[in-house]
Amino acid sequence: MSQVPADLRYTRSHEWVRQLPDGSVEVGITDHAQAALGDLVFVEVPEGGRTVGSGDAFAVVESVKAASDVYAPIAGEVISGNDALATRPELINEEPYGQGYIARLRPGSAAEIEGLLDAAQYTAHLASEA
Amino acid sequence: MRQTEPVIFELSRPGRSARSQQPAAAQVNIPESLKRRQPPRLPEVSELQAVRHYTRLSQLNFSIDTNFYPLGSCTMKYNPKVCNSLAMLPEFLARHPLAPESTGQGFLSCMYELQGMLEAVTGMKAVSLTPMAGAQGEFAGVAMIRAYHRARGDLQRDEIIVPEAAHGTNPATATMCGMKVREIPCGEDGDVDVAALEAALGPRTAGIMLTNPSTLGVFERRIRDIAAKVHAAGGLLYYDGANLNAILGKVRPGDMGFDVIHMNLHKTFSTPHGGGGPGSGAVGVSERLRPFLPVPVVGRDGGRYRWLDERDLPQTIGRLSGFMGNAGVLLRAYVYMRILGREGMREVAEYSTLNANYLLARLRAIGYEPAYPGRRASHEFIITLQRQAREQGVTAMDFAKRLLDHGYHAPTTYFPLLVPECLLIEPTETEAREELDGFIAAMASLLEEASREPEKLKGAPWTTPVRRLDDVRAARQLDLTWQASPAA
Amino acid sequence: MSYIPHTEEDVRLMLETIGADSIEALFDEIPPELKIKELSGIPPALGEMEVARMMHERAARDGRPLNFIGAGAYEHHIPAPVWAITTRGEIYSAYTPYQAEASQGTLQVIYEYQSMMAALTGMEVSNASLYDGASGLAEACLMAVRAHRRSSSSRILIPRTVNPTYRSCVEAIAGTQGLQFVDLPYVRESGRIDLTALDALAGDDVTALVLQQPNFFGQLEDVDALVNWAHERGALVIAVVNPTSLALLKPPGEWGSRGVDIACGEGQPLGVPLSSGGPYFGFLTTRSQHVRQMPGRIVGRTVDLEGRPGFTLTLQAREQHIRRGKATSNICTNQGLLMTAATIYMSLLGPTGLERVAAACMERTGQLVEALTRVPGVRPAFTGARFHEAVLQMDRPVGPVLEGLAARGIVGGLDLSRSHPELGHALLTCATETRTAEDIEHYAASLAEVLRSVQAA
Repeated sequence: MSQVPADLRYTRSHEWVRQLPDGSVEVGITDHAQAALGDLVFVEVPEGGRTVGSGDAFAVVESVKAASDVYAPIAGEVISGNDALATRPELINEEPYGQGYIARLRPGSAAEIEGLLDAAQYTAHLASEA
Repeated sequence: MRQTEPVIFELSRPGRSARSQQPAAAQVNIPESLKRRQPPRLPEVSELQAVRHYTRLSQLNFSIDTNFYPLGSCTMKYNPKVCNSLAMLPEFLARHPLAPESTGQGFLSCMYELQGMLEAVTGMKAVSLTPMAGAQGEFAGVAMIRAYHRARGDLQRDEIIVPEAAHGTNPATATMCGMKVREIPCGEDGDVDVAALEAALGPRTAGIMLTNPSTLGVFERRIRDIAAKVHAAGGLLYYDGANLNAILGKVRPGDMGFDVIHMNLHKTFSTPHGGGGPGSGAVGVSERLRPFLPVPVVGRDGGRYRWLDERDLPQTIGRLSGFMGNAGVLLRAYVYMRILGREGMREVAEYSTLNANYLLARLRAIGYEPAYPGRRASHEFIITLQRQAREQGVTAMDFAKRLLDHGYHAPTTYFPLLVPECLLIEPTETEAREELDGFIAAMASLLEEASREPEKLKGAPWTTPVRRLDDVRAARQLDLTWQASPAA
Repeated sequence: MSYIPHTEEDVRLMLETIGADSIEALFDEIPPELKIKELSGIPPALGEMEVARMMHERAARDGRPLNFIGAGAYEHHIPAPVWAITTRGEIYSAYTPYQAEASQGTLQVIYEYQSMMAALTGMEVSNASLYDGASGLAEACLMAVRAHRRSSSSRILIPRTVNPTYRSCVEAIAGTQGLQFVDLPYVRESGRIDLTALDALAGDDVTALVLQQPNFFGQLEDVDALVNWAHERGALVIAVVNPTSLALLKPPGEWGSRGVDIACGEGQPLGVPLSSGGPYFGFLTTRSQHVRQMPGRIVGRTVDLEGRPGFTLTLQAREQHIRRGKATSNICTNQGLLMTAATIYMSLLGPTGLERVAAACMERTGQLVEALTRVPGVRPAFTGARFHEAVLQMDRPVGPVLEGLAARGIVGGLDLSRSHPELGHALLTCATETRTAEDIEHYAASLAEVLRSVQAA
């Protein structure tokens, strides 16, 4: 079973959001998503300063046989991409909710985060897709 | 046989060379700022060393000449030797592409007749031979559709409809032509979902790209209906010639209602695949697209052949190559078509279809599951290994790799994407029954191994020069050029 | 006469297995009204003997005139082993190496090719080849737009000293995606890019500058200054180079203070026959940082399950069969056979051999220019350093002169009146290492004869 930490918010397209104390958020792909993709070999992270809309493709993750867009879970401004992924894409496989985050964003509105799935809802979503 | 061969740079020694290949030294003056300072690091080997090295490397390959190669959608049929030897007559090889037409009438006559034969066999009204591969032919086709709408001032048509089973090149090509792609689903029986098509059609429809027989290995039965609906909506129909082998001499895309077609001469007309090229992707068009053909095209004035260019076809989509395309490949296709002749064309479709249906019937009898059981196979068919994957944990890729141990090239795996755990199998017309029977026996032994010793499949291949390669490492630790001491 | 192995007995047994009465029954899903009754327009079948005779006759009709055209395709000596090995069935009749374990030969050749092209151009990585030089430049322009994220204009500078057919091809292939192409003029006396024209572009957003070296006229550009100018303005540089020349000339990886960003060109001079224009191959090399923007196939070295070195296609997630509508290009094939020929060619020539070929070409072209300009009415169009081509000016239209030469078995060069009318009656001509002193004298004598008769007419 894939991990779904209770303190994060989720999207149906398998991204997660962590709210940080300073009001910014970390964004990544879920354990389920990394397992489905397999060993990642390349990640294209967004550049700092870029404004993204909710649902925009803002990063790309590549395995040997597939490339997938990662969608911004909420609207906002990119503070920084996770540059460590440039040389170590496997961080996403190893720690999808930690060192393998994709970017930090400054959310456009806090309310949008509240509209995302919570852990229980995401777990139910995974069960419905299986 | 040796299983590996060093990289040629490892054989290199300073000062060694293939001496008889070097012209005499000449003195030249080059401005100091434009001179190369260090000689390029090319190998320094003797002629025998080079000959032995590349001959040995060739022996590490599977090929049509050495192995049955049932690679679906690729039409790996016999490449007749005579097509190669006649295309490589010294006069043809020596001819410069920009030499006056007066010195190329023999060559041009072959090209002119080839255009005519391709028109006849596809039912199209004009042909340009210049696209250098299937994907370039596709590009030319969609670019012509775009040019047609623009010439009529119909500028809003920017959508290309593509069935989800299509080759990946179809959507990639549409994007390259600045079009938006609309994918539509296929029905349970493998035919296009006509209701979904109707919903997708509209004033923005530029055209639809179809393969028929489709990539699912079945003939699109409602093709005339589809053509009528697309035309009524103001769109044009593009025929991807990937599967033309299945219908050669039996049915013509022009009669089905297509406006533009690309042909893969390296499939249907048996020019070599060459380990991944050269291809050749001639395009054929209906009357309304003739003005937009890519140049040059061979024309005839009186008894003389000449190139038609931008002056003759001012609305052309332009040039796709530095000269006229893959002339030497076209000569091979010309020789092949002349040998086949009228009767031989029909036999290509008939016997490739016979071989496919025979293989399908026998594989089904030994327990393989066809993806479209209610349908006739065209020249190829799909089996799905979903059950084996679920019950025994062996995948289509495992079956494919194990076939290599039996000396058969793997069928196409995981294409089309919408059939899970699939093998797409295309035997072609040039395989004898005994070869097919041998393949069936191998497939039977694989089924047995899947239930008794699945590790045999999961670890395959065992007998090839190398075993399964670490693709993840290849992509993460890129080693794309030889270094004196490569990173470990 | 098709290559069908089936006996009547085979057909009977196979139909029985299928459960069909006839081969025709296998086509029962095709609507009957679509089936062809009679295939007209295709001649009757020929045997190998008949077709061979016919093709020999057609080839003989074209003969083997003495060739002095270059303009993007060059006649070089091709060592006998090159095509003897390349046409081996194991290479000729193999497919794209998707099944790596069954294709180590093809894959290793590609790896060696990539290594040689990177070395020759002074760049870090190479793809497995593209269709040809002209379409390769179109792919390079599209790649530059992808690689240069800060430039929003998609504006590419293409000097008038770049092969005009390449320019047409780039417009046809890349023009559908919103790229803009801007001319750069050349200096009439030198046939080189006009550096003073660059000032007019100051402040414009430029994505990339295309530089051909040697340029279309055979002249050598001041590449260092041009590359530095482009880089100072934040533009990328795409070099179009002749691979033979690189044995002598500074490779694009070393132009200016930090080298070009993409190098590409026509690979034909490396062991591929002229063959009326193809099949040839395009090469494309770049910096490691741009490797993921490169179109086409790429091979990498890795290890197998047992830790033995082996080769496989890599970075495939950029390609059409995975990315579909978002791929870097729709390209599927490389020009495998031609790339194989080139790899064998480069191995046989080595650094010394290729340098000797390049030097011999330069020397012969110098002798050609000297011999032809001794003929009254013919003079060089440009001053300054060149490689193995030259533009000559005549005192009368070039077309009829070339026809006169052709009638004497000489293909004298390319008439530039259509592509570069500002040069007047101009001829682009070339001599490679394959032309002897006697060939050159024969051309000069024939030209003098033709000019006398054309004048007389």
